[in-house]
Amino acid sequence: MSSSRLLVSGVGYDPAVGPQSTGPQVQQLATSTSSLKRQFSASGGAHSSIFDKNLHRAKHDISLSSLCYLFGEIVSWCDSKSRGVQQLESRLNNLGYSIGIKYLELTSLRENFASGNISSSSKSHATKREVRILEILQFINSSVWKGLFGKMADKLEKSQDLANQYMITDNLPLISKYISVPKEFQHLNCAAFVAGIVEGILDSAYFQANVSAHSFPEPGLPLKTVFVINFDDKVIKRESMRFER
Amino acid sequence: MSYYFAMIGTKDNPIYELEIGTYKQSGDGTPKFPTEMKELNPFIVHSALDIVEEVQWKNNQLYLKTIDSFYGYQVSAYVTPGNVKFMLLHDVKAEESIRQFFIEINDLYVKMLLSPFYNFNESIKSGSFDMRVRLLAKKYL
Repeated sequence: MSSSRLLVSGVGYDPAVGPQSTGPQVQQLATSTSSLKRQFSASGGAHSSIFDKNLHRAKHDISLSSLCYLFGEIVSWCDSKSRGVQQLESRLNNLGYSIGIKYLELTSLRENFASGNISSSSKSHATKREVRILEILQFINSSVWKGLFGKMADKLEKSQDLANQYMITDNLPLISKYISVPKEFQHLNCAAFVAGIVEGILDSAYFQANVSAHSFPEPGLPLKTVFVINFDDKVIKRESMRFER
Repeated sequence: MSYYFAMIGTKDNPIYELEIGTYKQSGDGTPKFPTEMKELNPFIVHSALDIVEEVQWKNNQLYLKTIDSFYGYQVSAYVTPGNVKFMLLHDVKAEESIRQFFIEINDLYVKMLLSPFYNFNESIKSGSFDMRVRLLAKKYL
């Protein structure tokens, strides 16, 4: 009993020791897993861990006002920590980056689930990874934007001048909707945060790129933002080696 | 039947490893690798990473099936969209159950990733993660 509690509370992997780190002692215990499982699921209710959560809830909406309040605080915190618009933008970008890395995994899992490929019990799905530049951009343009903002991005374009440059346009970025930029911060675009998310997604999918957000106000669309994506040359090279023959 | 399972981060660093035996056919879950094999396991899996990187751009599936073999042992691989690789060294062919095992691990990994206290590419030291991987191994392998 005491030893099985050891397993429940967990020993965990120790990278310094390797696969033996969870111990032969614990492995023997695992033979009595059936009773253990029961105990575990029983204890799971009392202090449920992150592993008990369901990733595939149908709705994962959050309140817009609390998001905007939180984001406003983030922006002003970043502002207080940085000396100028550029630094502020790169801070926002970095914050988004770490989200992007994690969001890619989550959203692809959910995407496969939503398209009926996985049902949480039967697990028979034909999942795919994105291996081409256009595919991953379309994935961002549609799935990621829908997941984050509840709508698709407005436009996905390829630059005419540069082979490695692509642009995603959002006419009304949700995140900067409720942020009014003071005059002295003229060039600030808080969607730098979103640019960071996109950069994180692209980087972790091995499409190394630089992403920046630029404002292109138009009559009627004062917040119109263009996310400029500059891929590394090696990504372009890989693409042409793999697919153009 | 014995299995060596490793999760490899994007810098070719192991973030989780496990040696486990089968529970099927009245096995007791202890791995029965010969001693000399035990030491080689990480090397075999590591050398298979090159093949994964070759295959992952030709094939847009997550589960790449068996990609390498070593004296009767086979290496199966699974690549998540964020390029974390799940590698399994095994001595019997069981494509379907390994696929299901990998899919469930992917689920588990994403949950781990969503924890604000876990950073991308960090080794997974959580005890309850380990526990759950063992339960999955028991279920599928």
